[in-house]
Amino acid sequence: MTLSVRLRHRQGDFSLDVAFETAGGITALFGPSGAGKSSIVAAVAGLLKPDEGRIVLGDRVLTDTEDRIFVAPHQRRAGLVFQEARLFPHLRVKANLLYGWRRAPEPASQDEIDRLVALLGLEDLLKRYPHNLSGGEKARVALGRALLAGPEILALDEPLASLDVARRAEILPYLERLRDISQVPMLYVSHAIDEVARLANHVVLLEKGRVMGQGSAANCLVGREGLGAVIDATVIGPREDGLTELGFDNGRLAVTAKAAPGTRVRLRIGADDILIARVQPKEISANNLLRVTVAQIVITEDVCDVVLSAGPTPIFARITAASARRLALAPGLPVFAVIKSVTVAT
Amino acid sequence: MLSPAETEALLLSLRVAAVAVAAALPFAFATALLLARARFPGKLLLDAIIHLPLVLPPVALGFLLLAVLGTRAGLGAFLADHFGIRLVFRWTGAALASAILTFPFQVRAIRLVLEARGQGLNAAAASLGAGPWDRLFSITLPLAGPGILAGAITAFAASLGEFGAIITFVSSIPGETRTLPLAIYSALQQPGGEAEAMRLAGLSILLALFFMALAQGVSRRWAR
Repeated sequence: MTLSVRLRHRQGDFSLDVAFETAGGITALFGPSGAGKSSIVAAVAGLLKPDEGRIVLGDRVLTDTEDRIFVAPHQRRAGLVFQEARLFPHLRVKANLLYGWRRAPEPASQDEIDRLVALLGLEDLLKRYPHNLSGGEKARVALGRALLAGPEILALDEPLASLDVARRAEILPYLERLRDISQVPMLYVSHAIDEVARLANHVVLLEKGRVMGQGSAANCLVGREGLGAVIDATVIGPREDGLTELGFDNGRLAVTAKAAPGTRVRLRIGADDILIARVQPKEISANNLLRVTVAQIVITEDVCDVVLSAGPTPIFARITAASARRLALAPGLPVFAVIKSVTVAT
Repeated sequence: MLSPAETEALLLSLRVAAVAVAAALPFAFATALLLARARFPGKLLLDAIIHLPLVLPPVALGFLLLAVLGTRAGLGAFLADHFGIRLVFRWTGAALASAILTFPFQVRAIRLVLEARGQGLNAAAASLGAGPWDRLFSITLPLAGPGILAGAITAFAASLGEFGAIITFVSSIPGETRTLPLAIYSALQQPGGEAEAMRLAGLSILLALFFMALAQGVSRRWAR
């Protein structure tokens, strides 16, 4: 199911002028607050009537200002998950979960409901009222409720923004599992780069109501906010030394995390965790060494931002300008990237 | 303990108040919803008009009702001729006067709860496939429940005390329009009626206390 969005909207001083398309998986709308992310979600859900624009989901035109088409929100089948969860306070968790299900054109079977309840870990919450739930539990219920309405697209508007780090860590694996098993495409609004780097298949960069770029998570995010690399890899298997070997389209990496061979994993590497060496270092504690090429260097005062390319995969390292001069780094130069630590998310 | 006439006045008061509250409730809910959720020109004016009965002399309202709904007045004559509806000198007229006078209590209580709860829940319900009427019955009404109950109880209690508008519009007819306050007043008009007036006044205080405590209890129970 593809979603195509073209919008122009003016609200006070803020103007939104965006166009993008998505296909399956999680598309992240990433940008600082005030970038227009929530307005886009509201327009997709039918809660905002744009001044001008066209929104098409699959083969259904949801909004077309030229043809005067505006499908009412309740007929769009666009599931929304809000930052504040917005559970119905007068209904128990179970009734909340089934609210959309009762109104779905093709309601899920009892079996599917049970599976989702188990997937989101909601079994013990069903009889509770929302005011007796923690923030993380509310977020999970809101997610389940939106999914049981049988949406054709799921829009998550900063679903984790009101949660602390521990609660976020609790929800993220559920979102990853959903991304991997659910057929429903998701729009994921966030200003947190770690979430987006972890979840997104496709990223739309937004700033002040404009699209600043879009593409894969690696291409859009690497180099921002100290993110050194986003690498999608596959588990090859355990090595003799106890580490797990991973393969990606331009090399191999070893990590301490354990996973079954064949598992798709996403790796994130911080820009500060990448060292650059002209010759292959020996007898070094770091486990990972990649042969890469310097693609670009930008020196600003004492700092040097280096973009390395490992095949199509961009890697971003930040070193001192002094180091860059000492190593005589220049575009095209083959070097080694020494990777100190890798964050793995399955 | 109470004489038959006093019992009659008590039961009549309760009936007038109950009908007044029940008849006004749907309108009060609609008005509260409008004031809490909608933006439209003239909203301030509507708000002011609804609160008017709180400050208007009840006698003035009774007189206005008489002028509009009296048997020889335009609307009153029309209703009597075509629908056989007469309100003057009837307990239903007393209920109408009470309904208008206690309308603001209901609107305020419902509006408060609608403003405090349920903002954003409508959007959530819509995204889950619920249409406008569906949302009204599945979300808005249940959420407004505590406000509706608290408002109804307050309006009921206030209704039991209405005097000026009732005596002006529908007079003081025993068994038809002579509610508790009117019975107190007419007892005082008779020599030696102080004892009866005192009993009825005591009864009024007890009723008022009971219903105000009930309203407090309801709003406290739901305040969370």
